[in-house]
Amino acid sequence: MPLQLFLQYFVSGVIYGSIYAAVAIGFNIVYNATGIINFAQGEFAMLGGMIAASLSHFVPLWFAVVAAVAITAMSGVAMERVFLRRVARGGVLKMIITTIGLSIALREAALLIWGESVRTLPFFSGNEVSSVTVLGANFSPQVFWVVGVTALVVAGLTLFFRFSLSGKAMRGCSANRDGASLCGISPDRMVTMAFGLSAGIGAIAGCIVAPLTQTHYAIGAGLAIKGFTVAAFGGLGNSVAAVVAGLFLGMLESFSIIVVPEAYKDVVTIGVLLLVLFVKPSGLFGSRASGALKDF
Amino acid sequence: MPSSTSTRIEVGARAALFCALILSCITPAFAADPIKIGAIFGVTGPAAYLGAPEEKTARMVVDDINRNGGILGRQVQLIVKDSGANSEKAISFAKQLIDEDNVVAIIGPTTSGESMAIKDICEKAGMPLVSCASAETITTPVAKYVFKVPQKDNYIVEWLYGTMRKLGISKIGVIAANTGFGNGGKAQLEKYASKYGMTIAIAEVYDSAATDLSALLTKVNATGVQAVVNWSIEPAQSIVAKNMRQLKMPQQLFQSHGFANIKYVEAAGEAAEGIIFPAGRLIIAGELPASNPQKKLLMKYNADYRALYKEDASTFGGHAIDALMILKSAIEAAKGTNPDKMVQAIEGIKDFPGTAGVFNFSASDHNGLQMDSIEMMTVKNGKFTLYKGK
Repeated sequence: MPLQLFLQYFVSGVIYGSIYAAVAIGFNIVYNATGIINFAQGEFAMLGGMIAASLSHFVPLWFAVVAAVAITAMSGVAMERVFLRRVARGGVLKMIITTIGLSIALREAALLIWGESVRTLPFFSGNEVSSVTVLGANFSPQVFWVVGVTALVVAGLTLFFRFSLSGKAMRGCSANRDGASLCGISPDRMVTMAFGLSAGIGAIAGCIVAPLTQTHYAIGAGLAIKGFTVAAFGGLGNSVAAVVAGLFLGMLESFSIIVVPEAYKDVVTIGVLLLVLFVKPSGLFGSRASGALKDF
Repeated sequence: MPSSTSTRIEVGARAALFCALILSCITPAFAADPIKIGAIFGVTGPAAYLGAPEEKTARMVVDDINRNGGILGRQVQLIVKDSGANSEKAISFAKQLIDEDNVVAIIGPTTSGESMAIKDICEKAGMPLVSCASAETITTPVAKYVFKVPQKDNYIVEWLYGTMRKLGISKIGVIAANTGFGNGGKAQLEKYASKYGMTIAIAEVYDSAATDLSALLTKVNATGVQAVVNWSIEPAQSIVAKNMRQLKMPQQLFQSHGFANIKYVEAAGEAAEGIIFPAGRLIIAGELPASNPQKKLLMKYNADYRALYKEDASTFGGHAIDALMILKSAIEAAKGTNPDKMVQAIEGIKDFPGTAGVFNFSASDHNGLQMDSIEMMTVKNGKFTLYKGK
């Protein structure tokens, strides 16, 4: 294969991979704090993109994106406070099922608010036809935004969890809930924060990809499946692993098009997910010991 | 607790009285039974850009008919079912409309896949069906009770190939959504290729919910084609346009008539400029000469739709108006809703201007449109305009 062609597939893989990784990170934050999979994670990305698209008609783009992320983060907080905290005593399964219900409710609410039509967000730099050439591969400058922002989010999260007091408290809660309570950390507050954070990151993901992929009320479910695949593939709870797994899966999808029709690219993804679940349920970088500490 | 029981009875009695009063007020309005027409549209789901304007148009047209005295002095009742472009749902809705709602005819479904799914059900039940989907197979071979109002997809293909031949294009790449519409179009493109001397170097289907097609287009580009034809009704139509420009692909992009909704142009922005596609005349009605038999109707529909829904009309909404007006004219000519007489009446419709073209039905042609119902269009400055060649 000529180098230029290889690079072109490579860039497509990076785009897909960054999108999946950004969604997967949201799964991981909630998983670390609560031990559950939040199936409304894809809807956060949808909400972020849709709110930003609506606001961008009235305010500057950067403000629309910031506001969309803030509003979505607040809906994440509200979702935890109003619904999930009430069922938390019932165990993780009850909470997971509640997130599935909430994802459907959010999707239908979005259909009522925005209707069925597709929205786009203006490109952050350039426009629909802008293209940059790197080593013979052509792509939209938005790709830089997607990759750059995803990298920033991962770096920011790593620093947050390692050095900030709140971050350390969240990790403490995740490692030993009772112990953390005894140290004066409120686990409930940490869980609320985790939902706010994951909703905000989901919204960021939704905003940075919206110019490329467009967005509509039903885009969440597809993103959630891919994001979950990536999170499970990398090892639940590990955000750096999610990036590696995301890029791997993105490459796999992109290069698989050479032999498999595009229509069946999800078969490749789901095949990988099944393989991981059969062969190494803790994921590529997950360890069985840490997995055993979780209920799910 | 006797007191609460008696209160409850009292409340119940009052409610019953109230209902009776309301009913007695309503009943006179229904003195002459309304004519029930069923509609199956993909209002939500992947074909929402087609189904939603169809539903809005159908409601607008029925309200208009009722304000002007209905059909044969009877009011029209439209029963709309949202199939979400899902064939299984279309089947159960068709059965429901026929068996429970006792409609006199069905318009829709929106997509070709759904239309083919309910074709036999309507044929067996003797239920006139006026489909809003384009696949040639819906009315070829002719089924007695099944009609359709959009132009056939083989006309679209022949217009596309004719234009390409003029532009000196002979080697093309075909990409299509993995749906009834996409696969139908791909099959027609492959069927007519040799007639026009076209070589299809690559033909691939993609997921109808695809959000990025850069990898697929890279594969198409590597085959050295002169032009790309995309055949879908989904938002992917805008993504293909954007991805091709981002990949700096020099090829001309052709789309199917599925592109005839200005929202796709808005979603693609500058990338939509110069796309060539065949479609009915509705979207360029303003450019037509005054002598065109369709012009008056098209201008009125555009204006009415815009006034009511604050958005531009699309050719898809136009299919709903055509289906309803053809049924209206058939019921009037048949002086009632006997299905066999209605079918005869539709087959007798000649020189009937609709939004998709001038209809001439016959016993052997249940579509009634010819090649001349289509024009080649392009996008210029974010607007649809007639394509006048290079």
